[in-house]
Amino acid sequence: MVREKKAKARKKVSYSKWGYIFLIPFFATYLVFSFIPLVTTFYNSMFENYRSGLTQIGPNFVGFENYISIFQSDLLKYLGNTVILWIIGFIPQIFFSLILAVWFADFRMKLRGSTFFKTIIYLPNVIMAASFAMLFFALFSDDGPMNNLLIRMGLIDSPIRYLTTVWGTRGLVGFMNFMMWFGNTTILLMAAILGVDSALFEAAAIDGAKSLQIFTKITMPTIKPIFIYVLITSLIGGLQMFDVPQVLTNGKGTPDRTSMTLIMFLNNHLYSKNYGMAGALSVILFIMTAALSLVVFFILTGSGKEKGGSR
Amino acid sequence: MKKKVVSGLLCAVMAASLVAGCSSKSAPSESGSTAADTTTAKETEAKTETQKEAGGEGGKVINIYVWNDEFKARYEDYYASKLPAGYKVNFVTTPSENNAYQNALDEALLNQNDAKPDDKVDMFLVEADYILKYVNSDYTMDLKDVGVTEQDMSKQYDYTKVIAKDSKGAQKGISWQGCPGLYIYRRSIAKAVLGTDDPAEVQKAINDWDSFDKTAAKMKDKGYYMLSGFDDSYRTFSNNVAAPWVNGKKIAIDPNLEKWVDQTKKYTDSGYNQKTTLWAAEWASGQGPEGKVFGYFMPAWGVDFVLAKNSLAKAEADGGKQEVGNGVYGDWAATIGPESYNWGGTWLCAANGTDNADIVADIMKTICCDDATMKKIVEEKNDFVNNKTVMEALAKGDYKSAFLGGQNPLQMYCDAAEKIDMSKISPYDQGLNESFQNAMHDYFNGTVDKDTALKNFYTSAQEKYPELETQ
Repeated sequence: MVREKKAKARKKVSYSKWGYIFLIPFFATYLVFSFIPLVTTFYNSMFENYRSGLTQIGPNFVGFENYISIFQSDLLKYLGNTVILWIIGFIPQIFFSLILAVWFADFRMKLRGSTFFKTIIYLPNVIMAASFAMLFFALFSDDGPMNNLLIRMGLIDSPIRYLTTVWGTRGLVGFMNFMMWFGNTTILLMAAILGVDSALFEAAAIDGAKSLQIFTKITMPTIKPIFIYVLITSLIGGLQMFDVPQVLTNGKGTPDRTSMTLIMFLNNHLYSKNYGMAGALSVILFIMTAALSLVVFFILTGSGKEKGGSR
Repeated sequence: MKKKVVSGLLCAVMAASLVAGCSSKSAPSESGSTAADTTTAKETEAKTETQKEAGGEGGKVINIYVWNDEFKARYEDYYASKLPAGYKVNFVTTPSENNAYQNALDEALLNQNDAKPDDKVDMFLVEADYILKYVNSDYTMDLKDVGVTEQDMSKQYDYTKVIAKDSKGAQKGISWQGCPGLYIYRRSIAKAVLGTDDPAEVQKAINDWDSFDKTAAKMKDKGYYMLSGFDDSYRTFSNNVAAPWVNGKKIAIDPNLEKWVDQTKKYTDSGYNQKTTLWAAEWASGQGPEGKVFGYFMPAWGVDFVLAKNSLAKAEADGGKQEVGNGVYGDWAATIGPESYNWGGTWLCAANGTDNADIVADIMKTICCDDATMKKIVEEKNDFVNNKTVMEALAKGDYKSAFLGGQNPLQMYCDAAEKIDMSKISPYDQGLNESFQNAMHDYFNGTVDKDTALKNFYTSAQEKYPELETQ
């Protein structure tokens, strides 16, 4: 009797339910903190809803009017600014990350103290972006240490006013992003390289391949999926760039609004608590980011299938 | 294929959560996200202060919203000892840049009804640039209901009362200071360039804008700067406009502001100024011992609160004192300058819903109406107080400002105070002044032409005030 019952129960045991139970916390959190705000953002973007002084205006339903006025504003200019600021930071970032990753992972180099260097290059990322930007603001101000140093060395006669020039400001923002993120990227790429079968590198070396050839013919093709992943996550992060330029230019995106990023533009609408316009801008950003994510997804899975097929 | 669909969905979900992180910023519930962005050390300090003191007795905490330490210092020196036992005053400080102060204040006022007695706003400070926004709202109390009468305020300068009345004529704010501005210059530079440091003689050299320009050229020849930067003469023009910023719902740039743009562009290109911006580190160091700037347009609070501190060689934080011989303290003098103007001013408002109205009224009466206290503020802090009796008496008396090399500038302040006309202010002044100055900085720096700078101003103005029209 007892044995029979046990047997019956064992038959019905389905371990998959535990999978679902353990997933509940994630989905509940996701629902409350991500999904509901996302949907309400779509909803809010259809309303005229802001504060004039202490008087609340709206919410009045206006359909797609917010989207129309966003596209009539300088949206493309701010998108351009954001992409330019990202590229300025990303090119040196990926260059140095690749070099460092290859060196750190190289079995013949056997770099001493690589753990030490790995920690050091990651450190800038630990500092808060806002403090980092404040530091640069002070360093590169008209009467700041950087100008004093250059004048003492006799390289310049009068201070360079970095933050009043378009490329000075953009350059500093890019440089800061590069400093903050190249350590992170190095570690990701290094993990990818270490994952490659070292026999491939050894075989290439025995066949007389030079380091550059090993890099272009073996390292790059094998780490391509991770490389694309790094590229796209960085681009998505870049599109949402905010804290560094915001603090460096005091929220103004000076000069001539050329360092105004999309999120800073969004933030400007919060001066008047303009949830309609800010919501519309968020939705536009969402669509752009989603499109980019789909691109990376299809590139990644597409290349994987090809490999499987040709084998 | 099915796997691909599932992982595609997961990928989309991931992307969605990335953006949701930023879009939730625009969800209506959070408290002043712009304020959070510009959180400074000062603000966090204030927050920890709040936490420290909030645990006290029920309803016996007086919350005062401020944007800097000016009023806090007045309070500490002239009222703190009178505070009844058991009460605590808590200053909530948020810097005004990027509207952070008003955002924080608005959020607190809108929550006033639901707040615990200890968290209710009891009193808050406002500036002339945005006072109308608050006095015309229901969030401020008629001072009569608080316990400050017209009789109490009878000695105050008229403009300080008129500006703080709502559209129905109820008195909603009170100020302890008057802010007539003068031109405060360096005596040593005046001697070196003009051959005299006598205020009457210097006044002849800057009596109108034409002679001001000529003196500026002379300063440049001797290696000095007439003004520090872009914003220094702004208030002399913006306070003498013919019409308010906003006409109906339309933004109008007054011809006098155009004059400021043209003058500043000319000064920048000719090297008459140091290309600084207001409150920047370079602007402040120009007032110190190494400074090469001839003078600054400043009201009385600027002398006390700004110039005196920046003029020291050994800062007060390092143990220095405000005394002649420390840096260029005492090397200054005041004169009227080309035009009378008013800059700033701080008004105290009682918040509707305060649970400590009697103490709020007492603070107001002591600091803004009491003759003895106000006289002490002038003598000890060089501020210009909002009390005709005290000021006229001191102007005729033997009051001497050590900072101004023994000069008694009070008669000049008194005369200027009588001339001030604040009828051209609008509720949008704060945001529009800030946007206008910022947009023009690019033009002065030569980054853009004037039309582009104007276009940037309109863009920024409409972001701040969607209800306004441009052109």
